[in-house]
Amino acid sequence: MTPPDITPQSKLSPPTPPPPPAQDRSPFFGLIPIARKELTHILRDPTTLFFALLIPILQLFLFGYAVDTNVRQVPTVIFDESHTQQSRSLIQAFAASDIFRISSYAQSEPAMYAAMRSGHARVAIRIPFDYARNLQLGTTATVLVLVDGSDSSIAGITVDASTGVALEQSLARIPGLTSQPIEVRPSVLYNPSTRSANFFIPGLIAILLQMMIILLIALSLVRERERGTLEQLKMTPIAPLGLMIGKMIPYGALAFGELCIILTLMRFIFQVPIHGSLVLLLLMSVPFLLTVLGIGLIISTRAKTQAEAFQLAMGTILPSVFLSGYIFQIANMPAFFRGVSAIIPATYYIQVIRGIVLRGAGFTDLWPNALILTLMGSAAILTAAYAFVKQNAV
Amino acid sequence: MSGDTPTPPREAPLAPRPLTLPAAPVIDASHLTIRFGDVTAVDDVSFHLDRGELFGFLGPNGSGKTTIIRALCGLIPLTSGDATILGMDVRQHAPDIKRHVGYMSQKFGLYEDLTVEENLTFYAAAYGLAPPAIKPRIHELLDLTSLHPYFTRRVSQLSGGWKQRLSLACAIIHAPEVVFLDEPTAGIDPVARRSLWDLFFQLSGQGVTFFVTTHYMDEAERCGRLGYIYMSKLIALGTVADLQQLPDANPPGTSRLELEAPAVSVLLAQLRQFPGVREATIFGRAIHALVDTTSIDALHSAFPQLTLRAIEPSLEDIFVTLTYHIMAEQK
Repeated sequence: MTPPDITPQSKLSPPTPPPPPAQDRSPFFGLIPIARKELTHILRDPTTLFFALLIPILQLFLFGYAVDTNVRQVPTVIFDESHTQQSRSLIQAFAASDIFRISSYAQSEPAMYAAMRSGHARVAIRIPFDYARNLQLGTTATVLVLVDGSDSSIAGITVDASTGVALEQSLARIPGLTSQPIEVRPSVLYNPSTRSANFFIPGLIAILLQMMIILLIALSLVRERERGTLEQLKMTPIAPLGLMIGKMIPYGALAFGELCIILTLMRFIFQVPIHGSLVLLLLMSVPFLLTVLGIGLIISTRAKTQAEAFQLAMGTILPSVFLSGYIFQIANMPAFFRGVSAIIPATYYIQVIRGIVLRGAGFTDLWPNALILTLMGSAAILTAAYAFVKQNAV
Repeated sequence: MSGDTPTPPREAPLAPRPLTLPAAPVIDASHLTIRFGDVTAVDDVSFHLDRGELFGFLGPNGSGKTTIIRALCGLIPLTSGDATILGMDVRQHAPDIKRHVGYMSQKFGLYEDLTVEENLTFYAAAYGLAPPAIKPRIHELLDLTSLHPYFTRRVSQLSGGWKQRLSLACAIIHAPEVVFLDEPTAGIDPVARRSLWDLFFQLSGQGVTFFVTTHYMDEAERCGRLGYIYMSKLIALGTVADLQQLPDANPPGTSRLELEAPAVSVLLAQLRQFPGVREATIFGRAIHALVDTTSIDALHSAFPQLTLRAIEPSLEDIFVTLTYHIMAEQK
């Protein structure tokens, strides 16, 4: 039996004295160790990190290129029974507009309907045999325009456009009228080319960030519950807010990095110019990030398994997509859904991001949104911490 | 070589901080009752632990063992009764209590993707150790648990026995006066189990108080004192010798016998049917039975091949008898 080792004893320090009470009682106690540990988890697992950053970028490309709500080059079938100089000039007028694209000529009425039914054409224009004659007689010449109503956005715009073409043609026939009596010159502010990408990508950023953050932070806490480390954490003096905020810091930083990547792609790949201040945009993103981090934490206090957390996180995405103004205008919604959209954080952030990117809005225009998001974020984090403390009792 | 060699005993200065109230019990629970809605998880449980005691807490799964630990750490509110740890009331001083209490469960509570060093560093900081104190403290614990060679290894690469040692090191990183061990050796091999218990004794010798729950009778026998909880009630409390003398464990008019015979397993069924035999179970090549003293002669003449010998009840015998006793009372 070896004699007790004396040397290490002498140099070993006496047990650590307890830290000062001020630090002891801090409601954020444990924040730094948790943040550092969480960062190690993230860096230790590069595949998860890679996919966490990559998937939103892939979605950006998918949605960014696929979503185009502008109506242009609608395939149009012409059934010209008149075959006159006048009818050809009318067809020219339709073809000249960007809305219509003459895709085929039908030789009979059934052929015209067949083209519509099959979906090869969305609009059919039938010029009757008496078109030129009626024009010459000065009586009303009728042109039949059939529009496929199965796509409402196409229907509305093509009806308006065809009326416009007819009006223009009519005015041109008034003798002695060299110029139009009234000319409207519409000018689109803020997104002059009315590109869909300019409108949708800023909103998409909010959705993608929300999806990524809620999932990452909720899974990180639920994983601790599943593996039993949360039980151990509860036995340490780490304060609930220390745990919550300690977890938020690394994931918040990750989300901020992702935001910068997506904004860079938006600007240089999708060519969406940022009219306002980039610094203001980044600053005003912070309260939104806090809010969605808080929502992720609330989910993590509810979910028992990672699968459950995943479903709940996805559940928050749907209302954010449909009721935040990302796709549908809030002003057109029924009162109930307007109320719902008012409690969705993405609603306020999408207004911020569109305001800054498209309209060059400043702090004076957007501070109420930032304030609401800050309040929502604080409420979410406190709710999560409260739910976490409550859970101990079960 | 299993790698789980016992650490040579060494008087490492892992002694806890001086107690504020040295005379008072380290854990004092009186009439502890905890209800969740209509369910009474802990029913009027009283016990106290002195400094340096190694207290074993036994009972079937779901009997309330873990609930008591969680309540003593201040995680669950007491419905009624009082509990203090180191003189601190668990209702009011939960955060302070956590700084003086270590906790280790069979779930390990370790981060598998982090290294041994990272786990220890994290828990050291989580318990609020001052940064300059962390490194020396970790090295003390590596000495104690012989984890030095695995310092930079990820926990996922360690065997169960080493994980338990690391788990213990994390649980005592803040030099707690009291350590709760919730089934600490569930599912690890006997060699690793014994070396872990050697660690407990070493720390206990330095004044650390242990509260251990276990299902292993050999572990229970190592404990200085035992508590047995059944259906939320503490039905036995004392040393092994105390429990052996319990009237409920040795009902009056009965004797505990060891019956030796060839082919005991065949005999067991017949014995259980025999009038006057209250309990019978096989221990190796013999049968342990609780028999009415008046029936011993009849038993002898019915089974002449048996060798009868009076014995003291084993812990298992005691707990089984107590459990049957309670079940009979409830009927």
